[in-house]
Amino acid sequence: MQASWETLLDGVKKGNERSLARIITLVENRENGWKDAMKRLYPLGGKAKIIGVTGSPGAGKSTLTNSIARELVSRGRTVGIIAVDPSSPFSGGALLGDRLRMRDAVNLPEIFIRSMATRGALGGLCQGARDVSRILDAFGKDVILIETVGVGQDEVEVVKTADLVMVVCVPGQGDGIQALKAGIMEIADLYVVNKADREGAHEVAADIGGMLDIASEGSGPRPPILKTSAINYQGVRELVDVLVHGFDAGKNRADWRALRIKEEILSLMESEILHYLQDKWDRTGDLDKAIHQILKQQTDPYSAADSLLPLMREAFGIKETT
Amino acid sequence: MNNKKIRVLIAKPGLDGHERGARIIAYGLRDAGFEVIYTGLRQSPEQIVSAALQEDVDVIGLSILSGAHLSLTQKVVDQLKSKKAEDILLIVGGVIPEQDVASLKEMGVAGVFTAGSAVSQVAGFISESVAC
Repeated sequence: MQASWETLLDGVKKGNERSLARIITLVENRENGWKDAMKRLYPLGGKAKIIGVTGSPGAGKSTLTNSIARELVSRGRTVGIIAVDPSSPFSGGALLGDRLRMRDAVNLPEIFIRSMATRGALGGLCQGARDVSRILDAFGKDVILIETVGVGQDEVEVVKTADLVMVVCVPGQGDGIQALKAGIMEIADLYVVNKADREGAHEVAADIGGMLDIASEGSGPRPPILKTSAINYQGVRELVDVLVHGFDAGKNRADWRALRIKEEILSLMESEILHYLQDKWDRTGDLDKAIHQILKQQTDPYSAADSLLPLMREAFGIKETT
Repeated sequence: MNNKKIRVLIAKPGLDGHERGARIIAYGLRDAGFEVIYTGLRQSPEQIVSAALQEDVDVIGLSILSGAHLSLTQKVVDQLKSKKAEDILLIVGGVIPEQDVASLKEMGVAGVFTAGSAVSQVAGFISESVAC
């Protein structure tokens, strides 16, 4: 059966990749003891730089991630890659195909790649990716790249856990900025126009620049916009220069860090409370009863939520307030 | 609060470029609720096993249509042994002549799915073999 947490933690400290891989699985699955393991791993990390890579489907994120990782390794850094793809909301399964495009990264021993499905857990993905990047950090990886499709709130939350967020655009997708409307624009530290060997790359870069000029008027320097052709490794060296420079400039984000810690504590609490209550309600059948009543139009979700409140108060020993 | 998922690596070792079967299996297993890591064409046994270890999969599925299933599978088995990862369930699919099935099983292959196998068979076999 499973090796014990103790053995695995020891393996991670000694640089054993299999222990690393296994511990990621156990934490991702929320196996008993995962939080204690994270408590032990937390102080070992804190050194890695975390880069979030996002953008619309087909923008070349995996290929770009591959080229960046290769370049970082050539500069003597070790790299962890977390490639996130969506789980099917119907079957719960996922097809994780990012390795396909990481033709160099899969062969370099300095790089550890882990594919992750969103799993649709309540408040889960964000924390899950954060946990995995922390484990890779504790393992000793210098740079961690988290790659995710830039659509949907979950994915935006994921990249927000990074030190540096890179948004990847490509020519030929409308005006190029359509995909960026959903709150991604505000969190980007850096824009990359990939597939820049194609027609229209310059226009996309100019579009983004124009948009940023409007958005960031008076609020300091605007994020850089770079052009790459990741598949040919063009522009990648310059991009990595900017990234590495960004690591050092990351100090100005101390307030961000505090905000992120706050968010993390709250999200951990949230999922803990939700799981606790769900478990309780599942056992008493009260939640099912409420759902049934709503379906039969005997009550509404608001009343149901209210009627479940006393159970929650009871669970946490809270006296009724107004 | 345990949300364990069965993870499966689908890989094509060797040089044949026929990907359709592997893709159908990958999609089908996703729809059966597994997390499927698809690594694509022309993977060496070393690459396959290294990916399986990093991804910590429960199952490796090899799709082979080149006729080289015996030697390629043996190489994957050897790699798994050298990495002490024989606990990963190994299954093979593709164009496999009936008389080779026994040899594959002798090597340590848990299941062989020849042309015409239904995806549901493969999914069922995995669910039964991997204790959740």
